[in-house]
Formats: sequence, C-alpha cells, structure tokens
Amino acid sequence: MSEKKTKRRDFLFTATTAVGAVGAAAVVWPMIDQMNPDASVKALASTEVDVSSLTPGNTLTVLWRGKPVFIRRRTQEEIDEARKVKMEDLIHPEKDEDRAKNPEWLVMLGVCTHLGCVPLNDKGDYNGWFCPCHGSHYDTSGRIRKGPAPWNMEVPKYEFVDANTIKIG
Amino acid sequence: MKSLFKLFSIIIIIIASNSYSSAAEKVEYLKTDWSFKGLFGKFDRASLQRGYQVYTEVCASCHSMKYLSYRNLAEPGGPEFSEVQAKAIAASFEVTDGPNSDGEMFTRPGKLSDKFVMPYDNVKAAQAANGGAYPPDMSVLVKARGGGVDYIYSLLQGYDEAPSNVSLDDGVYYNKYMYGNKIRMAAPLSDGLVEYGDGTKATVEQMSKDVTTFLMWSAEPHLEARHQMGFKAIVYLIILTILVYFSMKKLWSRIESEV
Amino acid sequence: MSDHDYRPKSKVGQWFNDRLPLLTLANHLTDYPTPKNLNYWWTFGGILTFCLITQIVTGLTLAMHYIAHADMAFESVEHIMRDVNYGWLIRYIHANGASMFFLAVYIHIFRSLFYGSYKSPREIIWILGIIIYLLMMAAAFMGYVLPWGQMSFWGATVITNLFSAIPLVGEGIVTWLWGGYSVDNPTLTRFFTLHYLIPFLILGLVVLHIWALHVPGNNNPVGIDIKKPSKDTVPFHPYIVIKDGFALLMFMIVFAFFVFYAPNILGHADNYIEANPMVTPAHIVPEWYLLPFYAILRSVPDKLLGVVAMLSAILILAVLPWLDTSKIRSAVFRPLYKQFYWILVADVLILGYVGAMPAEGLYLLIARVATAYYFLHFLVILPVLGFKEKTLPVPLSITEPVLGGSPNLAAARNKESKIE
Repeated sequence: MSEKKTKRRDFLFTATTAVGAVGAAAVVWPMIDQMNPDASVKALASTEVDVSSLTPGNTLTVLWRGKPVFIRRRTQEEIDEARKVKMEDLIHPEKDEDRAKNPEWLVMLGVCTHLGCVPLNDKGDYNGWFCPCHGSHYDTSGRIRKGPAPWNMEVPKYEFVDANTIKIG
Repeated sequence: MKSLFKLFSIIIIIIASNSYSSAAEKVEYLKTDWSFKGLFGKFDRASLQRGYQVYTEVCASCHSMKYLSYRNLAEPGGPEFSEVQAKAIAASFEVTDGPNSDGEMFTRPGKLSDKFVMPYDNVKAAQAANGGAYPPDMSVLVKARGGGVDYIYSLLQGYDEAPSNVSLDDGVYYNKYMYGNKIRMAAPLSDGLVEYGDGTKATVEQMSKDVTTFLMWSAEPHLEARHQMGFKAIVYLIILTILVYFSMKKLWSRIESEV
Repeated sequence: MSDHDYRPKSKVGQWFNDRLPLLTLANHLTDYPTPKNLNYWWTFGGILTFCLITQIVTGLTLAMHYIAHADMAFESVEHIMRDVNYGWLIRYIHANGASMFFLAVYIHIFRSLFYGSYKSPREIIWILGIIIYLLMMAAAFMGYVLPWGQMSFWGATVITNLFSAIPLVGEGIVTWLWGGYSVDNPTLTRFFTLHYLIPFLILGLVVLHIWALHVPGNNNPVGIDIKKPSKDTVPFHPYIVIKDGFALLMFMIVFAFFVFYAPNILGHADNYIEANPMVTPAHIVPEWYLLPFYAILRSVPDKLLGVVAMLSAILILAVLPWLDTSKIRSAVFRPLYKQFYWILVADVLILGYVGAMPAEGLYLLIARVATAYYFLHFLVILPVLGFKEKTLPVPLSITEPVLGGSPNLAAARNKESKIE
C-alpha cells in the first residue's frame, strides 16, 4: 500500500471502518458479559435464616452468595465493650449503633477485608475475631483494630422478617 | 456477482435436502396462527399466562418441567406475571429443602429461585405411576419433537375413535398425530376443564393453543430477545455490506479489473 | 519470506524486527502479490479463517459453563440456554457455526477441484487441507456428543462402533475408546478433552496451509503460473482484504439468519431429549455435512468393507494430485472435465440426500450407484481424462489475452494443446 493511498482516506472508507468497528465492539460484549453472574446466581441473592435456636454469646455462620455470614447474638458485655470504644481509636471509624441496629444481633460478612480469608470466632486481642491468614484483629462489633486489614467487616443488607427469621440480601 | 447467486442456490439446495425430518413422516398438522413466528414474532402474554394455568392445572400432575424456575414466570419475554404474582405462585408449592442443622430434609413454601416442583421424585417413580410409560419432561418438549409446536398443538386435539382395523391395548389411546397412532396418555383436555381468569372460553382448541404457546416459551425463553437482536444484526450487516461493497468498488477502480 | 528485503522505518521497529521479524511477516502478508482475477470462490479461505476463530472463541466461552459429566451435561446446556448472559446466542452461534464451517469448507474444496488448485506445485497445501478436513469432522462429531442428547449418544455409539469392524482388535479398540462397555461418562469426558484440543491443532495446520500457499502463491481461475509481482497481481491488502471482507459479510448474513431465525433447523429434534441408553431414536441420522459419507458406509452390505469404503472416499482425495493426470489446471480449459466435475457435484449431493433417507429400496440402489460413480470419477475418469481430453488453448497471462499459455512455461510453446 503506497503512502498516498493511506492519506487519502475519504468519507466512504472512514464510514465503512467506523461502522465495522461499532459492530466488532458489539460482538465483544456478549463474550464478556457471559462471565458475569448469570440469572440463576442472581436469583439466589437473598436467603432467610432461622435464628430461633441461637443463644447469647454464640455465632451462627450461614452461606450467602458463596460467602460465610456471621450472625452473632451478643452478650450485654460484648455490646457494652463495642459501644464504649472511642471513634479516634478506630482504623475505620463506624459507630456500633450503625453496624448493629438491634444491639443484640450483629450480622456481617465473615470475610477479612485484607485478602478475603474467614476470621476465627472469639479470638484476637479485642475478644472479637482474628484472621489467621495475616493477623488482623476485629472487635466485638467486627471492626478492624489491629493488623493489615483496611476496613471493618462488611454489614450486608438484612432485615428481620419476624422475631426468629433474618433475611439477608 | 453471478457466482454468489450460484452459491446461494447451493445453500438452498442443501437446506432443502436437509428437511428430511419433516419429509420422513408426512402428516398434515393442524394449523393455527402463532404470534411468535416470523421476523418480529412475540409471545402473546395473555396466552402464555393461560397456558401456564393449563400446564399447572392439567399437565403438571404427570409432566415435570425441571429446567424452569418460578422466577422465569416474571422475567421479560415470558408470561410476565408480576413479581408479586410469581412469588405467590412459587409459595403455593411445597419445596423440599435441606438438610437443616439436624441433618433432616424439610419442606417449605417455594421461592422464586426454586425450580418447578416435579410431580415424581424420579423417572422410575413416574413410570410406575403411569403404567410403565414415562411422561416426558416438558421443558424443551417442543424442540424435541420433529413437528414442533404444530405437532403438540395437533396431538392435543388428535384424539379420536380408533379405526376398526386398529386394536388398542388397555391404557393405550388412538391419536391421529402420534407417531404410530398409539399413545399412552389419555386425552388430557376437554371443554371447560379449566376456568380462565380473563374470561376466555376454555375450549380444547383454545387450551391447546395456550399450553403449546407456553411450551414454546419454556423451550425458548429468549425467543423474543433473539428475534429482536436478529433483526438489528441483519440490518446492521446489510448496511455494512453495502458500505464495504462501494468501498471495494472504489478501491478496485484503480486496477483495471473487475471485482 | 525470502523475497522480502523489508526494513522498518523507525529505530524501534528496526531493533524489534532484527530480533523477531514480525514486521517483515506483516509486510509480507500485506504486500503478498495475489492474482487479480480471483473470483468470489476464492474468498472462502478468509471465510474459513473467520469460521475457525468464531468456533474457538464461542467454544471457549461455552466451555466456561458446560459440565462434561453424563449426569449434568444436558442440564448444563439448558443452563447455558436459559440463565447464562447471552448463553443462547453463543451456543446457537457455535452450533450453527459448525454447519457454516462445513458449508464453507465444501465450497472451498470444490473450488479447488474445479480450478485444479491441488495440482503441482500445490500438493502439500491440498494434503494439509485434507488433514484439516478430517480433523474438522472429528471435532464436529465429538462436539455433537457433548450436549448428551439422544442423537449425541447414539451418534457416538454408531460412529465408535465403526472401529469394531477392524478384524481381531476391533472390539478391544471400541472398549478402549469408550473407557467402558458402552458410551458413558468416560467417553463424554475424553470427547470433551479432544473436542477442546482439535481446534488448536487445526489452527496450527491452517498456519502451515497458508505458509505452503505463500510459497507458490495462489492459483487463479485461468490456472496458469504468473509472475509475481506483476501487472497480473495486486497486493493482498487492501484489494483482496476488502473483497474477502465483502464476501464474508454476505456469508455472515446467511449465518445470522440461521442463528436468529432458524437456530435448530440444521439440528435434529431428538437431540433435545436427554441421552437414554435404553431407547434408540427411530431415525438416526448424522449431521448433514457427514451424510455423503454415511451414504457410502451404508451402501456396502459388509461391515468392514463399508467402513473401508467410507474412509477411502475421504483418503482418495489425498492422492488426487497424482490421480489427475492432466497438466491443465483450470476446468475452464477442460471442456470434458468440466462436465464430469458437475456430475461429481451432483453425485455428492445425491449421496447426501440418500444418506438422510432410510437405507432401503430405491434409496439403497441410488446410494450404491452414486457410491460406485464417486470412486469411478477419481480412479478411472480422472486418470484417463488427462490423456484423452482435448483441452482449449490457455492464455499466456491474465492481462494479455494471448493464447498459447500453459501452466508450465516450457509447454507454453506447445500451442495446439493436447498436452504431451
């Protein structure tokens, strides 16, 4: 192809190339989107948990969207401990009141915000959770207090359907 | 260009020679106007909803639909029940779930994410309950039969007195459209068998059409999306083909040769 | 690419190209002198490349969702069709893409037969093509097994049982292929593995096929050797690229019609019934592209000989460059061959038709006659024709309408052409 020809791109060639490029881009999208969560996965977005058998001081772990969710029925000491912490002592300041609307119940994703391991119950320097992978310590509100994790454990969207049932998602 | 026409005629010959499945069994099926055929074909929502009613009140006692979920009933391109209606439909079924923390299976009302509840636990149970004949799963039934929707539609209306030269065993029925004319399913529909909520008269013909429409959707839930995308794709391809054709003419005009 | 003394203009380009001459390759591919009289039958090479890439890309994405297990394969295909984002589109492209691939490859092969593209010096290109074709059939067959429908299962049973025709070791080979005593889960998983592998083998062979093509250059409708580059040639880019592109778009319109408006017409309804080892479907028929060979198989009343005939029908193509004794390539200058060529085309279409029909009565008779003719064409007609046929005078070049040319320049002097 000589140089003169390349430079003399007139309207027809430009239009053809542009229309062709649009089509090529449109074809790429389905190939990418097929890797996104499919309809059956999205349909499982919420799960209902019966918590009637859970006694104070115990944690129930359920699977939601393939990840563990900790449902902790906290004792009064744990609640007090969580609520008296000063905001300036926190790496990721969040009030316990905001994390646990009903103070007795703490519902959060049991996933360490560092690199995704599952922290251990009733462990660590703050009587909450301790992640064995890289040593992150969480308090009784699931907030990060020490270690490499940047954020508190995430509180998912949930609601009490009735006194004994929590709907997550 | 001439050779391209030749090419297309060869393609047509190949397609024609390939329509053997319909040629092998020459039966004239009953015809009706299906709204989902053609370039812009769409489902008739009301018919799909009535068809679901026929399925669930009549067919579902023997035929499973194991690849469908209740959520599908509310999805676009289908019967499009409202989410509330679909939830109510799902909740009206008892679904076995579990095991729970005690290791026991338990039943609970259905959710949108549940698959359609099956009438029998497994194929053997279905056979045992139906004199040895397995009522086929209906999820993709329309695509699994050579005549497609016309075949199902005709079959449902094809029950007749057996001609005198055909002898039928117990539990076998005569059907004009069935392969071999003998079918293990008794005529499933009769006038007024279901009561349609929208006031449509539930004749055998109407119910056949509705339930066949529903089966077409269950076999091809993305049919509407496919037709819409197909139209756009082909229009796009034609436009680009024309543009490329003129670009080609222009480029080749520099060469004294024909394209 | 010895004919190139290409040197990139930029310093970086030179540095890179001295170490890995990709730019030289790109330059060779764009400048590649192509006969300017190539007609649309020559666009199918590009179309086939498109088909292969489409099958690989859609196949890879399907493999992300498909489950190769006898209990789950059928269900996972339904999952793809219902739940996976655009899953129905990708699967229908892949399934119909196989048919489109074969449609294109048959046109490509018959183009070669008409214009004598398989003749010296292009025998290796041709043989590589036959190997690609065989691998395509293997890939298509195994791919058809994966949805685990009734036709998948019984197709797999019938085709693998062909090997039982081999004396002594046949039964052992079949059991080995199955990994059991019938087609079952082990068969499915190995078919999936091979179905995944073969396209990449084909891709490698396609590279060799094109490489071998670029040594002598394209044949052309006149079938004569041409000087390259000369006024008989044009650079591949942009002239051939845009022409291939135009033909490809026409092809894609047909393709799109099948995908969006008749996605199941080329398949068989029985494959939407999950595999059942207890019941064989009433009509068991392979996919349309295998029908001619299926007809040959069934036309021979002996099990072993039937298999031998079927394989010979394909392998005979590999020795075609030596069966065809004519020195003239293009059928344009071979009036008799041209007629026999169209009879062969009709013969193969007839074989395809009777392959879809029950093997009885008139159909069986037609199949036998057509099979006999198929072999007659290659084993008798072609060798004899090369000696007996009175060919027309061949031009010396594409641009100059001077007659008296010949595929090899030495014979060009021999004007009135009864070659040799």
